[in-house]
Amino acid sequence: MIFGFHLLSIAIWLPIFFGVLVLATGNDRNANLARSIALLGAVLGFLVTIPLFTGFDKMTSAMQFVEMRQWIPRFNIHYHLGVDGISVLFILLNSFFTPLVVIAGWKVIEKRVAQYMAAFLIMSGLVNGVFASLDAVLFYVFWEAMLIPMFVIIGVWGGPNRVYAAIKFFLYTLLGSLLMLVALLYLYNKSGGSFEILDYHSMSIPMTAQILVFIAFFMAFSVKVPMFPVHTWLPDAHVEAPTGGSVVLAAIMLKVGAYGFVRFSMPIAPDASHSLSGVMITLSLIAVVYIGLVALTQSDMKKLVAYSSISHMGFVTLGFFIFNAYGMEGALLQMISHGFIAGAMFLCIGVLYDRVHSRQIVDYGGVANKMPVFAAFFMLFAMANSGLPGTSGFVGEFLVIMGAVKANFWYAFLAASTLVFGAAYTLWMYKRVIFGPVANEHVAHLQDIGGREKLIFIILAACVLGVGMYPLPFSEILHTSVNDLLVHLARSKL
Amino acid sequence: MSFLSTLFPAYAEIFLLVMVSVILIADLFTSGKNKTITYLLVQLTLLGCSLITVATHQSGIAHLFHNMFVDDLMSDVLKLLSYMAVSMMLVYSRSYLLARGLFSGEFLALVLFSLLGMMVMISASHFISLYMGLELLSLSLYAIVALQRDSATATEAAMKYFILGALASGLLLYGMSMLYGATGSLNVNEISSAITNGVDNKALLVFGLVFVVAGLAFKLGAVPFHMWVPDVYHGAPTAMTMLIGTAPKLAAFAFVMRILVEGLQPLMVHWSGMLAILAVLSMALGNISAIAQINIKRMFAYSTIAHMGFLLVGILSGTIEGYGSAMFYAVVYVMMSLGGFGMIMLMSREGFEADKLDDFKGLNQRSPWLAFMMLLLMFSMAGIPPTVGFYAKFSVLNAAVQAGHLPLVIMAVLFSLIGAFYYLRIIKLMYFDAPESHERIYIQPDSSLLISINGLGVLALGILPGNLMSICAVSIQQSLLLQ
Repeated sequence: MIFGFHLLSIAIWLPIFFGVLVLATGNDRNANLARSIALLGAVLGFLVTIPLFTGFDKMTSAMQFVEMRQWIPRFNIHYHLGVDGISVLFILLNSFFTPLVVIAGWKVIEKRVAQYMAAFLIMSGLVNGVFASLDAVLFYVFWEAMLIPMFVIIGVWGGPNRVYAAIKFFLYTLLGSLLMLVALLYLYNKSGGSFEILDYHSMSIPMTAQILVFIAFFMAFSVKVPMFPVHTWLPDAHVEAPTGGSVVLAAIMLKVGAYGFVRFSMPIAPDASHSLSGVMITLSLIAVVYIGLVALTQSDMKKLVAYSSISHMGFVTLGFFIFNAYGMEGALLQMISHGFIAGAMFLCIGVLYDRVHSRQIVDYGGVANKMPVFAAFFMLFAMANSGLPGTSGFVGEFLVIMGAVKANFWYAFLAASTLVFGAAYTLWMYKRVIFGPVANEHVAHLQDIGGREKLIFIILAACVLGVGMYPLPFSEILHTSVNDLLVHLARSKL
Repeated sequence: MSFLSTLFPAYAEIFLLVMVSVILIADLFTSGKNKTITYLLVQLTLLGCSLITVATHQSGIAHLFHNMFVDDLMSDVLKLLSYMAVSMMLVYSRSYLLARGLFSGEFLALVLFSLLGMMVMISASHFISLYMGLELLSLSLYAIVALQRDSATATEAAMKYFILGALASGLLLYGMSMLYGATGSLNVNEISSAITNGVDNKALLVFGLVFVVAGLAFKLGAVPFHMWVPDVYHGAPTAMTMLIGTAPKLAAFAFVMRILVEGLQPLMVHWSGMLAILAVLSMALGNISAIAQINIKRMFAYSTIAHMGFLLVGILSGTIEGYGSAMFYAVVYVMMSLGGFGMIMLMSREGFEADKLDDFKGLNQRSPWLAFMMLLLMFSMAGIPPTVGFYAKFSVLNAAVQAGHLPLVIMAVLFSLIGAFYYLRIIKLMYFDAPESHERIYIQPDSSLLISINGLGVLALGILPGNLMSICAVSIQQSLLLQ
């Protein structure tokens, strides 16, 4: 291999380097140059992650592509990177979405193009860093740093209420993160001076401490997922963010929170995870059922998809905390699939918004008459969002429900209700927007999607169907890591 | 000759004193309104001081003037950083002061005198020399604040600063006299050993300690002795505010170290509790009041109060780790503060102070580079990685966790969350709002270069903070362990 062992570093720093390059193109006179460099950077950023996939050893759950260098010797902090079967997929997913976001913002973003593109590229690198970090401080730095570009993206290119949404987003996440920092400092002192995440996995911790650590991590990750009581920032952020921002939020940022559960909370505090699993499952089910119902009442398309995201992420946390292989693997597949589907849904809404400048369902109707190709794609994604077999949405949900049946019938029963609610809110929205007679002047003047948009949708449709029909390549990669994680979780660390 | 060569640990101070006198006289004979020659002389003096401090550095600790003066690694590092801070302050404020007719020879001389005061404070190991340094610094600062004679706010600020400062000095002296009564010595090391050997009148000792801590809290600006900070920061011309808010904090840190840690370490049980109260109150009041401000200098004043609270958390941990982290925090704070006030001065011009929050509206559209620098500085003050402000908070919190102050850590963390809001608001104003005026921002090339170095430095140190951290830790270690 050409890049030797530095693949992960390249996956992190290449997009950031290109982001800085894009920033250097300066003001909007060079907008096209900025766009081209951004696209080049994003595509290269994706290409360099492909060897991670092809060169991945599926037989081991050990960390691969490891890089280790001293960073801050005083605190024994290392620049320690590595991926296992769980994190490698999210690096791929993230790098995959960056070019799509760049293309999606190609024409739509007209003011401060360079800053927009740069923010996305830099964020892409930082998110890769989050997934690849094996040192807690390194993780924390990437985790916090990725807030900065997202804050700017929402605040600068967002909708009318963007300032409120941006600040709410930032402060909510920061609250959780700071408590996580305290937990990390505790673990550092407890472990005798190590910030290695893997050391924390094997370290024994008394029950009270485990519970406190779990709660601190819970604050950080549940805000990001987001789980039921702390989800309120998400609809605001989604609604106000520009399309690209919503896509990245839904497809990537939410996954970071869920990833935190499997990398930190559960393996570091397995006994606390077991004893608090009732709470976690309850919160997850509330998210699935109650938020599903909330989605049903939305009149704003973006809000509807935002709530549907919360509901789907409820599946993910449910899958984690029933502690069996179906649940865990299903949850992880659901995360990947939700990335594709939610990303696609937000892009669809973005297509409509770019033309009509409204997100309200009532402002549409009969779009199919004017945009048949778009309607077809939207249909596919809407079906996937409601979990139709054959699409990726089905695989994860089905596995989680299977896992839930094993744990407790009623969990499964409640979780399965999403198949009804999900179909109801998605398809009902679809019906009101797409079908029927042409509703108004705006809709009558709609133009169908062009080549650029078609390209994005074809790629996403292929992914949604591909994962739906043949999830094996993904589940194969997950398999060993998930099994080992479950074995680890079954052992008490008291 | 032999007498002179024994003075070598204090060569930097002596050189500075000589140079101030030379500059004062030279200034009379140089014409020109821009004071270019005097200014260059001052910068050269600072450079000379740095060279001398580096050249006279020696491992170990040297005592001088009957143990009134100490030269150790901590003092050398803090002095070097003080020269740097003062030199940067002069670069930032030159055109600001020229535009207001305040850039006079007296100003430059007073700045150097205040620097001399800081150096004496940093190197003092005796209550008398500590006090002399403090007064030299304070009196110079009072005069500097009052330099803008016809400005009512500046005069008011100077009055307040002077009266409250005098009161604080009084408290400090009172406390020192009680400690002298209890231990029979004014030398910090002798006091320390006297207390360890047992003191008859313990009540007198603790009573004296209370007054000393109150005096220190006044100088640091910790709640409830903070009243002067917002008014002085707000009222003084920005350049003077910058001088007050930056390098003297390093001296104040050294001051606290010399008195509380080197002198009164045996009383740590007592003072760490007092500092905890001061720290929590400062973080709470500073961060919450800062939200309500519309004047950015006033906002920075409250943010300073909060930062000093954080610094106290490091000191009250009472471990070498804690002192090292507090020193790191002080250094980082000075760096961010220089950038923050520097930005206000860059944006201002004749007849326009740029000290309202709204003056920062839409800065990203007027000057993306300046806005980006300010963004880095603000995120650093809020303690968000990858900026150096995060590591400052990180190391202080780590020391406090190690010392077992978990509730304090959680409080510190929650207050810094509140603090993040008002820093974010500045970023919001710069990036999300439309500008109120589209006037071109004209910046001198030297200050433009400096703000870039300052902003990028905050980022670069955030990516590689290891060296600065180690320097702080090692210098504290050497100063304390070698004794």
